[in-house]
Amino acid sequence: MQTKRTVFQSRVLPYFLLAPQLIITLIFFVWPAAQAIRQSFLRQDPFGLKETFVWFANYTRLLDDPDYLNALGATFVFSVGVTVLSMSLSLMFAVCVNRVLRSGRFYTTLLVWPYAVAPAAAGLLWWFMFNPSIGIIPYLLTFVGYEWNHRLHTGDAMVLIIIAAAWKQISYNFLFFVAGLQSVPQSLTEAAAIDGAGPFKRFWTVVFPLLSPTTFFLAVINITYAMFDTFGIVDATTSGGPSQSTNILVYKVYADGFIGLNLGPSAAQSVILMLIVVVLTVVQFRWIERKVQY
Amino acid sequence: MASIDVESVGKVYTGGVRAVSDIKLNIADGEFIVLVGPSGCGKSTLLRMIAGLETISEGEVKIGSRTVNNMEPADRDIAMVFQNYALYPHMTVRQNLEYGLKNRKTPKAEIDTRVAEAARMLEIGQYLERKPRALSGGQRQRVAMGRAIVRKPAVFLFDEPLSNLDAKLRVSMRGEIKRLQRRLGTTSIYVTHDQLEAMTLADRLVVLNGGKVEQIGAPLEVYHAPASTFVASFIGSPAMNLVKGELHGDKLAIGPSMVGLNGFAPTSGAVTVGFRAEDMRIARADEEALPFRLEYTEELGSQRLIHGMIGDQLATAAVAPDAELSPEMRLAIDPKRLHFFAADTGKRLPGHVPAQAKLAPAEPVI
Amino acid sequence: MVENRPFITFLTHLILIIGVLTVVFPVYLAFIASTHGPTDFMSGIVPLTPGDHMAANYGYLLNSGESTAGAPPFLMMLVNSLIMAILIAVGKISISIISAFAIVYFRFPLRVLAFWVIFMTLMLPVEVRILPTYKVVADLGMLNSYSGLVIPVIASATATFLFRQFFLTVPEEMMEAARVDGAGPLKFFRDILLPLSRTNIAALFIIMFIYGWNQYLWPMLITTEPHYYTVVMGIKRLASVLDGDTQWNLVMAGVILAGLPPVLVIIFMQRLFVKGLVETEK
Repeated sequence: MQTKRTVFQSRVLPYFLLAPQLIITLIFFVWPAAQAIRQSFLRQDPFGLKETFVWFANYTRLLDDPDYLNALGATFVFSVGVTVLSMSLSLMFAVCVNRVLRSGRFYTTLLVWPYAVAPAAAGLLWWFMFNPSIGIIPYLLTFVGYEWNHRLHTGDAMVLIIIAAAWKQISYNFLFFVAGLQSVPQSLTEAAAIDGAGPFKRFWTVVFPLLSPTTFFLAVINITYAMFDTFGIVDATTSGGPSQSTNILVYKVYADGFIGLNLGPSAAQSVILMLIVVVLTVVQFRWIERKVQY
Repeated sequence: MASIDVESVGKVYTGGVRAVSDIKLNIADGEFIVLVGPSGCGKSTLLRMIAGLETISEGEVKIGSRTVNNMEPADRDIAMVFQNYALYPHMTVRQNLEYGLKNRKTPKAEIDTRVAEAARMLEIGQYLERKPRALSGGQRQRVAMGRAIVRKPAVFLFDEPLSNLDAKLRVSMRGEIKRLQRRLGTTSIYVTHDQLEAMTLADRLVVLNGGKVEQIGAPLEVYHAPASTFVASFIGSPAMNLVKGELHGDKLAIGPSMVGLNGFAPTSGAVTVGFRAEDMRIARADEEALPFRLEYTEELGSQRLIHGMIGDQLATAAVAPDAELSPEMRLAIDPKRLHFFAADTGKRLPGHVPAQAKLAPAEPVI
Repeated sequence: MVENRPFITFLTHLILIIGVLTVVFPVYLAFIASTHGPTDFMSGIVPLTPGDHMAANYGYLLNSGESTAGAPPFLMMLVNSLIMAILIAVGKISISIISAFAIVYFRFPLRVLAFWVIFMTLMLPVEVRILPTYKVVADLGMLNSYSGLVIPVIASATATFLFRQFFLTVPEEMMEAARVDGAGPLKFFRDILLPLSRTNIAALFIIMFIYGWNQYLWPMLITTEPHYYTVVMGIKRLASVLDGDTQWNLVMAGVILAGLPPVLVIIFMQRLFVKGLVETEK
């Protein structure tokens, strides 16, 4: 692994420098993760007195549990929805900002700040806007004959959290798309123009393909974001309802474990989430290796 | 002020890559030594081993009478001037100059004196309160040298300090470095890949190739009596012509042509013959000469370089700027100016030394 | 941009303006709502123009909170959030920069192992280990404390990797010259590496501050005493009263209060923020 050409000779100092981070990591990351893995193989009796080793029983139970499968489905729908919505909107904004040059910074400032908003706050904002009794959007929707109620309609609830999550993520995607667009050499679009391609054709046949590393990278990031950083949105708004329709995996772990106190299955869920993160991280780093120059 | 002894020094990196083998070098106090050679020849590695920035795998390095193999660079009483100047960008020039002294707990008054002195010597007094990014390349290089000077070390080490400067600046800085070293009298080791820099700066040259020493000697010695074909072609511009030939008795055959050697032949059979462009001249009609087919010329103003073929081998000759040219020419050379190298090893064949090299090394001019 | 078709320019600006409105509108609405009195929502739709209760609402929240909903005075929560965010940002940066320094500028056994252990933290966000981590914190007696809020969260790999990458781009000669100048590793770190890292540290501070401020799940788990509540937790609690009684004007005021500091940070330090964001994702 890369180091500097010349290094300091001290043999003891590096350990002291690394100690804080490593100690915290071991105590608060590695040990609990190991505990979760261990716990996922156990079942506690109802009084919490005995633990029995049950191999993969917790896992198979989960995969047979309709609630868990429902959560998997909900998470899938949610992640894809957030990713597609957020990325397409931010790509559009990025393309536009790239074109306006001078006012670019002004628009950028206005589009970037939602990054600072906490997920829970974002959830509440949109919950307010979608409130069946006083929200502005249901009000507008009645004009087209739609009765919005995310407390009753499962689809509405999902749409609510998708929009809230996507809204918050637009800034992030926007910034990366802008950077990606700027790295496409202008000479290529000029050559395409000389070759007779109009602006839309140029975008789809020249710019968009060259943007694919950024697009792929953002897709992975967005899926990770949707799966893990959106706890606050769900907790502040739908709490997984109505009838489990928005009970995404990360929320379910909390609900089952903390509220339901169901340790074994909750640990199993945690481990499954861990595996998903591992896969996503590996994909992210494999891909980034190709993008980054030191 | 110190002498330096490099005793059978070698460097092997983990993984088995050998950078430097068996270097033996004794540097007298106050000498200006230049390590020269192509990229990858190990000259920088050797310098950094002397500095303490690379560990020494084999052998010993002594500065003064101390063996410094396991000493930190800061304790070896050396100062280094880097190719990229290595000035601390967030500090002013003055702070850059002071840093090394402050770390050694030099008293403030002493620091101020030395900084003022160095600034005067290098004419950087007006830049003392500026940051490096406000300076030009040449000015930065002078600050880098100032940083070395204020330390008053036993040895100066230069790692290709002029490579990043443009050609004209390089020439003037070269002169400044030479003058400075003469004035301070500090033992200096200078690394470069530029043979002209090496020739003009060195008291003695060390020519390196592939991690090994090819030749050590005063510039003129190396120029007139190169120890191998490598040194012969590396030192001097234009490069020495090296052609294949055969010795029969006291006659040299280059392709179909024959040249009489007046009894100077060191051996017989196949050899590599070397001759410098400036030792060739257009032959008179009655002289023994080599046929030369002219391909193109380069006008330097002070001379004319003619490039062409002798038989099927390339050669270059330097003639007067108004010399007469024709597609087929005849070139003569004094046999005493020929260099003979073994055809297989490239090493100089003993027993034949061109007249010029008998000059004694010039006394240093103060 | 090749042709100069005015229609396309117009379209571009139109899209951007719509975009900005979409992004800004929810917050605008929230702000409006926060300035109205408690009965202004009874009419069934939300007002679009400011009301006159701004001072009253904000003052009320800041000073007395809404204890029926379990939300203590917002001022206290804002202070908690501020302390927590700053501690997290400072903590993360400090331990990461020295770890990166160790990994880049030294060679020692276990170096590669240490690197991968740190890397592992990327794959263990708090959401996947909530119960066991909670147990560890509880066992160590760190519930309801700043140390419990901060320490488990500060060992992040992103900062370490960012600093590592940056250190790798620092020219070799800088450290060699410092060594020749008699600087040991710690002096080099303090005199040379840290000043060179200033912009990276600033950029990272912004990202980490926002991250710390917006922490939600973890503070919620480990604080049961109201005077440790953070402001992001607080707004959720405000809103989680039974819907019929939710005082939306107060909730929205809370949202504005909770969101204002990090948003201000981004807006005023936009360049540094963007730099920090782009650098951490490499």
